[in-house]
Amino acid sequence: MALSLKEMVKHEDLLTGGHRACAGCTGANILRQIMLTAGPNTVMGGATGCMEVVTTIYPYTAWKNSFIHSAFENVAATISGAETAYRSLQKHGELPQAAADAERMNFIAFGGDGGTYDIGIQALSGAMERGHRMVYVCYDNGAYMNTGIQRSSATPFGAHTSTAPAGSVKQGKEQDRKDLTEILVAHNIPYVAQTTPFHWKDLATKVEKALSCGGPAFLNILMPCTVGWGFPMERGMQIAKEAVETNFWPLFEVEDGVYKINKKPKERKPIADWMKEQARFRHVFKPGNESMLEHAQQWVDQQWDLLLKRETMTNM
Amino acid sequence: MSLKRAQELPDAGIITEAGNAVDFKTGDWRTYVPQFHEENCIHCMFCWIYCPDSAIDVDTSGDKPQMKGILLDHCKGCGICATECPPAAKGKAALVMVREEK
Repeated sequence: MALSLKEMVKHEDLLTGGHRACAGCTGANILRQIMLTAGPNTVMGGATGCMEVVTTIYPYTAWKNSFIHSAFENVAATISGAETAYRSLQKHGELPQAAADAERMNFIAFGGDGGTYDIGIQALSGAMERGHRMVYVCYDNGAYMNTGIQRSSATPFGAHTSTAPAGSVKQGKEQDRKDLTEILVAHNIPYVAQTTPFHWKDLATKVEKALSCGGPAFLNILMPCTVGWGFPMERGMQIAKEAVETNFWPLFEVEDGVYKINKKPKERKPIADWMKEQARFRHVFKPGNESMLEHAQQWVDQQWDLLLKRETMTNM
Repeated sequence: MSLKRAQELPDAGIITEAGNAVDFKTGDWRTYVPQFHEENCIHCMFCWIYCPDSAIDVDTSGDKPQMKGILLDHCKGCGICATECPPAAKGKAALVMVREEK
């Protein structure tokens, strides 16, 4: 069970200040929250992306625990290799056997949506299939924010990005976003979950479950990006909260194939409420684009209904 | 952190001092600064958990954790703490963003 804030505050902050994330970056907060639960006995690997760059600008590192970075596409392979090396060294007596499960080293890989949905998906799929005891965390901000807001397969329909811009010819991204969480569920791994940094208790619980599930686990965490999404820097956590309230980003977990929705909003807030706050959707509210808004709402409703059905189906 | 000669550097971009980013002061990025009104604080630790820059000073020595203020060396002035502060919803904000004077 996750701890209360009064107990969690006694844990050591393993991501120090002085990293160069933008003011109001919820991604840096996600990593901080993960490390508060994971503890110092953790090997972290980062795919190239905002969070890798800002935390380890040479000669500084914001990590107090071990951290590896190799390349954009292979963080899952890197961490699965580190995990295998750890097991091998234990087997050959080079490292002491962990007396209790809790004393075992944690292996966590993280990547943005670019490094996970697009570029790193084959390394991720391979690592999950091989059954390494590791957690893969995707912080999904819905575009390649580090290189200047290019579209990714996680970018939602209609969003303005530098490679799918809204102008006189086109109106932002024309495709719906890919459902990576479902792809990971299809790997039949012990634990898959979705959460946001606003729901700190949910996040801590899910990190704990992922680390102790005994096999590969995947967490998809929504990361509102003040620069790429275009909202005031103090609003990041509220945007994450509203993403859950509008069903754009449902909080759910899949344990051994069984779905559980952690939060069911009492009344569905329209997705327009959430989109209105973000500059990347500004053109969607212009006259003539009503059908786009309709499509966005339809898509969210359809995904939510599917999720409800999956929950019912797997709990029969 | 002191500068090293090329021969003294470790191989392949390895950083041997874990957590040395703490020496890098990001406080000078700030335009607005959170002002702490202790009398309104309920010590709920929401500002602490939501801070992206580990810039909330908390005293954990006692039975209940006590919010002490802002670590201005690293605070970038984003204002998330002031937005998420629960007493602010009741009009008695413990953290208020003000423009920082030179």
